[in-house]
Amino acid sequence: MTSILTLERPERQESSRARVEIRGVRKEFRQRDQVVTALDGVDLDVAPGEFVTVVGASGCGKSTLLQLIAGLDEPTSGTVRAVERPALMFQESALFPWLTARGNIELALKLGRTPAAERADRCQELLDLVRLGSAGERRVHELSGGQRQRIALARSLAQGSRLLLMDEPFAALDAITRDVLHEELMQLWQDTDLSVVFVTHNVREAVRLGQRVVLLSSRPGRVLRTWNVDLPSSRSLEDVSVMELAADITSSLRTEISRHAGA
Amino acid sequence: MPVREDDRAKEDFARISDGLDALEDNRPPRRRIDPVAIVAPLVVVAAFIGIWQAVWALAIKPEYVIPSPSTVWHQLWQMVTDGTAWDATWTSLRRGVVGFLLALVIGTALGLLVSQIAFLRKGFRPILSALQSMPSVAWVPFAVLLVGLSPSAMYFVILLGAVPSIANGLIGGLDQTPPILRRAGTVLGARGLSLVRHVLVPAALPTYLTGLKQGWAFSWRSLMAAELIVNSPELGVGLGQVMQNGRNLSDMPTVIAVMVLILLVGVVVELGVFAPIERKILRDRGLAPTGV
Repeated sequence: MTSILTLERPERQESSRARVEIRGVRKEFRQRDQVVTALDGVDLDVAPGEFVTVVGASGCGKSTLLQLIAGLDEPTSGTVRAVERPALMFQESALFPWLTARGNIELALKLGRTPAAERADRCQELLDLVRLGSAGERRVHELSGGQRQRIALARSLAQGSRLLLMDEPFAALDAITRDVLHEELMQLWQDTDLSVVFVTHNVREAVRLGQRVVLLSSRPGRVLRTWNVDLPSSRSLEDVSVMELAADITSSLRTEISRHAGA
Repeated sequence: MPVREDDRAKEDFARISDGLDALEDNRPPRRRIDPVAIVAPLVVVAAFIGIWQAVWALAIKPEYVIPSPSTVWHQLWQMVTDGTAWDATWTSLRRGVVGFLLALVIGTALGLLVSQIAFLRKGFRPILSALQSMPSVAWVPFAVLLVGLSPSAMYFVILLGAVPSIANGLIGGLDQTPPILRRAGTVLGARGLSLVRHVLVPAALPTYLTGLKQGWAFSWRSLMAAELIVNSPELGVGLGQVMQNGRNLSDMPTVIAVMVLILLVGVVVELGVFAPIERKILRDRGLAPTGV
């Protein structure tokens, strides 16, 4: 799998500077007459090659946080700095249904200014990387849910960004497919120097994937606590160590959710 | 050996992944031609001609009011052999197509502008909808007084019939673009015109095409109405004029024969031009084609 190495950009000097720097971020939304604070005083750094997972109950502003990092929205106050234009994957594949799998990836390469002569080869490498090398000519509706997310991953990687944001990308998949994609994502991440920010409401998934798990509070979203995950990268959702840590994080999450009951 | 075990695990996952791909083959089966879809319309047409024949045989109305199917067929055949049918159809069709193509350019430009600029949108949308519901025949007297008995009057009426449909189709399609596709395009680095070209217009295509179909139908209808009303040597002889002459001579077989020709043009354009494009656009997107 030497092709994976092309994801790295050797011409750029790797600095030890954080790929994402979030400082005192506050984000408010106007809902009819009242102002809802989605995020308040959020600080977060993501180092080069780091895999950070963000968990929290609904309304904790997880998705808002990714939108801010992706530059799709502006914070009300505070600063968000990303080292380059990040790639972003959604819960739905958001593939363009009028293009084939290959067409989707090639469009990403084109918009990312990959020279026309290199696009076909690069596209095939990415298709092979997500193990769909022979499915390039299929239309989006001819792919299963898991295959769509793999093509969406390939399309995200086609941007050539060293920062990948993932917004519950596996939430709609069945358990076995999700296991497979967890494993494929881990291998990909290990073989490259990709930084990943992975948002999920599934605590075990967060522990399975992340080197660091960040728990956000709800309304407003704040960083409540961070856990470092010192487990082998080939861990599985069923490992006792994963479940123990997940239980610990879940109990913090429950406490946080109960806090809102009295209000 | 932990390393080898790791490799084994990787292989296992690869096999599970391939197994899932084999099980979850979502490719639809090849579509076969449905013979019923071809035979059924023919049966209905045959039944209609049968009823017509029966009504004629009962002689409820005099022969010159309801002629027999064979009389109409002979009239039609004569028009085909002496060239009137071709000349008139060609005159009308050329006008209709030129008018439609003009409407396509104007309607598309208008649709793009109106959908992208907030002020134009607020100003034009209600007016476009109102225009769409106005029968374009109502423009004929206005057009004749404005530009005289000239081909321009025809094109004027066609444009007013077709432009609102085409513009509204495009605007509707752009509005219905799922926000997630727009965001995905933005994340991939498409901005401004590039977002319009690579994401918004392709996403709008099915609805835009519906607008185009409707635009063509309105062009053709408006043209026939205009040709019936406006009769002048300068305008040449289109299907409408032939029909109007038939009416003036109380020549029912000619009137019906021209109606058949008008219908045929509609069917040929629908089946020969729009249906294949629509089928391709919808099938690529995994949507079921509607209609024929």
